[in-house]
Amino acid sequence: MSDDEIVKDFLVESYENLDRLDRDLVGLERNPRDREALAGVFRTIHTIKGTCGFLGFTKLEKVAHVGENLLTRLRDGQLVLNPEITTALLGMVDAVRQMLKEIESTGRDGEIDYPELRDTLTRLQQSAEGPGKGEAAPQVRAKAAIPKTSVSDAAPQAGSKPAEIQEVSRKEEEEADSRPMIETSVDQVAARPAEEGETVRTQQSQGGQSHASESTVRVNVGLLDKVMTLVGELVLARNQVLQFAGRMKDAGFLAVSQRLNLITTELQEGVMKTRMQPIGNIWGQFPRTVRDVALGCGKQVNIVMEGKETELDKTIIEAIKDPLTHLVRNSVDHGIELPEQRVKAGKDRTGRLVLRAFHEGGQVNIEISDDGGGLNVDRLRNKALERGLISAEQAKRMTEHEIFNLIFLPGFSTAEKVTNVSGRGVGMDVVKTNVERIGGSVDVQSTAGQGTTVRVKIPLTLAIIPALVVTCGGDRYAIPQVSLLELVRLEGEKVSKGIELVHGAPVYRLRGRLLPLVYLNRELGVLGDANSALATDGAVNIVVLQADERQFGLVVDQINDTEEIVVKPLRKQLKTIRTFAGSSIMGDGKVALILDVLGLAQRASVVTESRERTLTDKVTDAAAAAAEKHTFLLFSGPGDSRMAIPLSTLARLEEFPVAQVEMSGSQWVTQYRGQILPLIRLTVVMEERRARLRALQAPPAADAGPIQVLVLNHEGRSFGLVVEQILDIVDDRANVKSAATRPSVLYSVVIGDRVTELLDITAILASADSAVARAIPIGRAAKAAN
Amino acid sequence: MEHTSQFCTFYLDKLLFGVELKGVQEVIRSLEMTKVPLAPEVVSGLINLRGQIVTAVDLRRRLELEPAPPGVRAVNVVVRSEDGAVSLLVDEIGDVVEVEESSFETPPETLRGSVRSMILGVHKLDDRLMHVLDIEKACRMTEMAEAASVG
Repeated sequence: MSDDEIVKDFLVESYENLDRLDRDLVGLERNPRDREALAGVFRTIHTIKGTCGFLGFTKLEKVAHVGENLLTRLRDGQLVLNPEITTALLGMVDAVRQMLKEIESTGRDGEIDYPELRDTLTRLQQSAEGPGKGEAAPQVRAKAAIPKTSVSDAAPQAGSKPAEIQEVSRKEEEEADSRPMIETSVDQVAARPAEEGETVRTQQSQGGQSHASESTVRVNVGLLDKVMTLVGELVLARNQVLQFAGRMKDAGFLAVSQRLNLITTELQEGVMKTRMQPIGNIWGQFPRTVRDVALGCGKQVNIVMEGKETELDKTIIEAIKDPLTHLVRNSVDHGIELPEQRVKAGKDRTGRLVLRAFHEGGQVNIEISDDGGGLNVDRLRNKALERGLISAEQAKRMTEHEIFNLIFLPGFSTAEKVTNVSGRGVGMDVVKTNVERIGGSVDVQSTAGQGTTVRVKIPLTLAIIPALVVTCGGDRYAIPQVSLLELVRLEGEKVSKGIELVHGAPVYRLRGRLLPLVYLNRELGVLGDANSALATDGAVNIVVLQADERQFGLVVDQINDTEEIVVKPLRKQLKTIRTFAGSSIMGDGKVALILDVLGLAQRASVVTESRERTLTDKVTDAAAAAAEKHTFLLFSGPGDSRMAIPLSTLARLEEFPVAQVEMSGSQWVTQYRGQILPLIRLTVVMEERRARLRALQAPPAADAGPIQVLVLNHEGRSFGLVVEQILDIVDDRANVKSAATRPSVLYSVVIGDRVTELLDITAILASADSAVARAIPIGRAAKAAN
Repeated sequence: MEHTSQFCTFYLDKLLFGVELKGVQEVIRSLEMTKVPLAPEVVSGLINLRGQIVTAVDLRRRLELEPAPPGVRAVNVVVRSEDGAVSLLVDEIGDVVEVEESSFETPPETLRGSVRSMILGVHKLDDRLMHVLDIEKACRMTEMAEAASVG
């Protein structure tokens, strides 16, 4: 191994160790008697010191050395960790980190040797021996009870500098308040049984090696990516073999190809897992961040982490690190109040910051909640008005939730004074942009006086994303599903009627609003004939997309299907083309380009104006919609009754053949996008009791046509609502209301001049659950209801 | 013994070209190609090389030669560049030749224009001249974009 490699290994290892030190020290501050943790901290510093002595980084060695001395005192129980010592030790960690960076870039450990830091550390260390002889003596005697090995590091050190100790001890006597703490520590040491010393020694003999290193191997990320690529290719080859095997009708070959199939799937899953990292890897630094920020603004904060083991793709972990750090700092700085204010409000002096991560519906949710004062609606509203981000009229119409989300606007900050952490008007909008860049979303909820929760939703992986595949000019293109709003198909005379021109710019009226249209073939210049989209089969396919809060319709030749695609970045030579986000290999082995919706929108001049304007617009739209119109999905339910649900609750419309409906207990279910989707029949929940029971027991009639299903997401649950027929989507004020005439209906309204029942989804869910529970034995109820 | 090096040779518009063998990853007959709209003209498209997506460069266009006559099925010479593998599309693949360094000569002053930077020189073979292609320069797309906008 060359010197360079040794230094490189030393750097990698030390960085990791330093990150652990940050965590351990903050943990120790809370629990200063954790001898095991202390021993760990000591070992880490000891290893760094030893290695840099060997490599000739003398300045670094010096700093580590004084730190080690101080830690020796702590480990041996002569000192007890207090905030002052923690701060000094953390300062040392920072200094070491700084010097490591210097070594990384220049190969030398820099010019600075941190004399002040070393003085502080030395002073703190000697405070253990400081207070006069009388008190120091029992301490030494007490120590004698502990086996010698654990003290050996400290003993020669203490002996070699008697003069210095004398000098400092006089200084120490003035700092009277540090003394009681030392006295307690002496008592502690005296009372500690001898075996504890034994355990420390055993750990010591293992040196700086951590146990984890035995079961893990460091692997180059490049190598992992290559393996991933090859597995992707293997999947394609496997698919071809399977097709071939189907034609061959050779039993032996079929068996082998089935085996290949299984192994490939397992291999693919395994390789995917190698890229996954627990979110705890980036959370590890937060206790330190929280401590520093809290100390800086005089607050007391406890950090609680749940779901540390939640795994995410490596690239995503890296992408969310900064946004999350910002959110955490923000919560401590803005969210949690000063201790006095907290006491006044009847809360514990110490604030609570909860980080929670969990999987939900193929996404990872990360919540950052504080129990602080919450967001002040009036202040936010006034600030937004003052800054000209919203108009007075908008302000009046906005809901509380909309106002909370104003904090993500650029140039918005309500911090009364600018601290070094936040309040500079940058930050939250950057958080939002960064999270959205990787296909995620941010939302904020707050209750006055009780706290604020920021919820970040991000995809599990960027390597594989769901996408809509379309054809244009004979080639396929993939559109990431996150940008996709809906699909519109115009046929027959609707083509000429539906698409209108605004001084030459084509638009389509989508539920009464003008949607600018962009022709993909024109933008890409793939076909000279501008009307080729019309020429294919007379119909026009519009993909409604969202780019930077603006909607537009993309006209394509053909819409193929949604598919999970493996994203491969474009080479440097093609990266300058903003219209493409990457490329992917399709099932048949051909390459398809992935459209960058934002880049495409910019190219087509859909997004031209400044971001602030679009955001303000959106807020206005949302507020206006909330105040005036609702969009409803109309359908017919049992007995030809006309019913509606708000469109916002709808995820998708689907049609399933009856053969796909299975029974789970007496619950209808179907397999949908890799999940089991419970199907709720309105007949079951709404008909009177006898009909209901009859309907409940009945399996789907095999000869019936396909069933129409509304896929709904409600309070985190996905389920399908089986309806007779889907009628229309309408915008209506729904002003005329009357009370409901039967259960599961919110009220009757007049929509499109006809009386329509507006369904109560919460009630339907509850009633479906209870119906299933009643009809089957209790033990199976829970399973079936899910 | 004199120092020799091996070249992978190919033809473009009846001219003989060579790239150093150690820079060549593989040679593949025509693969299905996906067009890249909006890309510089010299980019023929993307090919799937066992799961790796590789940019294919129309070397005729890159070297400002006449476009290939219809019906010629290009061969992919996949070379390793700083930015990963790139496929150079050539008319026909030739032999691997071993040449002595003494047969090398830099291009004449009369060879001008952007092509000059991509041709390191020629090796004087017994019956003809072999143009030595600079792989890095030929694969560098920023120049390509410029070349495309100029041409």
